[in-house]
Amino acid sequence: MIDALTGVIAIPAVAAALLSVLPGYRLTARLNVVAALLTFLTAVSLFIVDPRSGPYLLVDDLNKVFIVLTTFVGFTTSVFSASYIDHEIEIGRLTPAFVRFYHAMYQVLMFAMNLALVANNIGLMWVAIEMATLTTVLMVGIYRTHEALEAAWKYFILGSVGIALALFGTILVYMAARPVIGEGLEAMVWTVLVTHAAKFDPALLNVAFVFLLLGYGTKVGLAPLHAWLPDAHAEGPTPISAVLSGLLLNVALYALLRFKMLLALNPAAIAPGPLMVIMGLISCLFAAFMLYRRRDIKRMFAYSSIEHMGIIVFAFGMGGPLANFAGLLHMSMHSLTKSAIFFAVGHIAQVKGTQKIADMGGLTVTSPVLGWGLVLGVVAIAGLPPLGIFTSEFLIISSTFAREPWLAAILVLGILVALGGLFLRLNTIAFGAPRGPTSRAEASYVPMFVHLAIVFVAGIYMPPALVDGFQNVARLLG
Amino acid sequence: MRGLSFDVSHLLAGSLVLVSFIQLYQDRLYALLNVYALHALVLAASVAWQAFVQDAPHLYLTAVIALVFKAIIIPTALHRIIVRLGIHREIETVVGVGPTMLLGMGLVALSMVVMLRVTADADPLAREDLAFALSVVLLGLLMMVTRRNAVSQVVGFMSLENGLVLAATGAKGMPLVVEISVAFSVLIAFIVIGIFLFRIRERFDTVDVQALDRFRGERQ
Repeated sequence: MIDALTGVIAIPAVAAALLSVLPGYRLTARLNVVAALLTFLTAVSLFIVDPRSGPYLLVDDLNKVFIVLTTFVGFTTSVFSASYIDHEIEIGRLTPAFVRFYHAMYQVLMFAMNLALVANNIGLMWVAIEMATLTTVLMVGIYRTHEALEAAWKYFILGSVGIALALFGTILVYMAARPVIGEGLEAMVWTVLVTHAAKFDPALLNVAFVFLLLGYGTKVGLAPLHAWLPDAHAEGPTPISAVLSGLLLNVALYALLRFKMLLALNPAAIAPGPLMVIMGLISCLFAAFMLYRRRDIKRMFAYSSIEHMGIIVFAFGMGGPLANFAGLLHMSMHSLTKSAIFFAVGHIAQVKGTQKIADMGGLTVTSPVLGWGLVLGVVAIAGLPPLGIFTSEFLIISSTFAREPWLAAILVLGILVALGGLFLRLNTIAFGAPRGPTSRAEASYVPMFVHLAIVFVAGIYMPPALVDGFQNVARLLG
Repeated sequence: MRGLSFDVSHLLAGSLVLVSFIQLYQDRLYALLNVYALHALVLAASVAWQAFVQDAPHLYLTAVIALVFKAIIIPTALHRIIVRLGIHREIETVVGVGPTMLLGMGLVALSMVVMLRVTADADPLAREDLAFALSVVLLGLLMMVTRRNAVSQVVGFMSLENGLVLAATGAKGMPLVVEISVAFSVLIAFIVIGIFLFRIRERFDTVDVQALDRFRGERQ
């Protein structure tokens, strides 16, 4: 009996196998979209039929949110990717053989991310995140230019170190669980771990969390460990930048949140919150200042992702129902907005034939739809009202002001500095006299505007069912 | 018997740390690869001993992987690669040998202090294994930081990974150890057989990571 839970990992797996043998990039691009759509619909059905968690797969309110977000952005990105890849083949940057590989890898990545989200086993989750890393490394290097290879190499080495540290943390969690739960598989199952967490050795859990924070934190892109992120975003194909920013960072964050919940259940262990707050603040501030000297458009938005992941980790670090709620909302809004921005940026780079900000200008004149789409996206990501990110940032800041005014002040500084940086560059890109050559855009605007529309609506009105759902998860997170 | 089994595991885990130190000051790639093969060999012995002591036959599989894949196939493949690339003559270290060794000792001391203190209640074998494993992990990290040659960075990563396998096998009854060691082998195979060194050679005629830095997107 295949239920929806198995479906979200089985569909991408089957699709990946199919895509790796089928010829013809138009067909595979369509199949990729269909598979992503099916996965998304299956994920939505998780809300209607409630499958039971088993020893390997788990479903609860927390990962439902992540799964639906992941599969939705995965679907819209596959639509964008179809038109993006079309253009890349036309100009000869990719050959059909590479495109076949690319589509297969896209589904493998979806499989790995969904597996990481539904895994009920800390070991399985680790393997899934490793797999997601490997596939993205391959996709980042797909253009085989000097820059792409360097980016892939850097990502690979840093990602591996992060993954190794995370494994050490995972082993330590098992060591802590073993005396209480006993040897064997049980001691790595989330649902079992959570019920016994209060009796674990707190000292071991503390050390484990430090390793997990460093390990998965590398994948989230937190500040001292972020070095792979801008390169990987800038040099890979743009759909991959969108998936990296919008989804993979979230998946790593999800792993971190699970372990945070585990620690929170043990009264003698350190509070994981302050560590996350510090790393979040450092990332946010650092990335905000780094925004000013960027010359490459994708690199700039990569730094903006670091900034926002910092804000999200900060919010979850503060904890409490309100901050968790705001963190979840911010995460969803950031995923949607940032992938929309990358959809725009991908087509802009194709239209302009470059990623250099200096060679762009007056986009709102030369390609009005793309230009204004980008403007809207940047307005959203900078956190201006009335869009969704304003709501979540406002909630984070106001809830922090009530508890730790100083921290809120630092966060506000980071957000304002980032806003300045983004608008400075946006001014060059979107307005003023047109610069550089412009070719005609054959873009699919639908995914971008669907994302932006959701972000816009969420900023004004959130359906009560969604609010309830998020509040529920926020309580779960503690 | 309890005493003997403890002593042997202790000896093997300790040797792994020692071999990690030997790796740190190798300044020729050939020698480095040979020492890495020794590292993997000691790991294989250690894992096999754990399999015997814990009566866990599946761990023999991990030991065989370590022996065949890490101690024989990978070093041989890397030997060939560095000959083909013509870089078998030297390694550059960013930090000198003396400071590196001192740093290494500091890291080992750190891992002892951290791990022995927090695992005071765990059983002594697992506890010391964990402390040794963390030392090996940190020494591997140190090696990755102090080298700028792509091959020696990979060797650093592989010895780091050996430390993880040591930790995983030391944690008695841990499930998925075999799967994880296979997953790691795949990862390493990816680097070594793979695409990266190939393409790096193809494109840059060097595996010096500093040469890669020249191509950074924003430095123009």
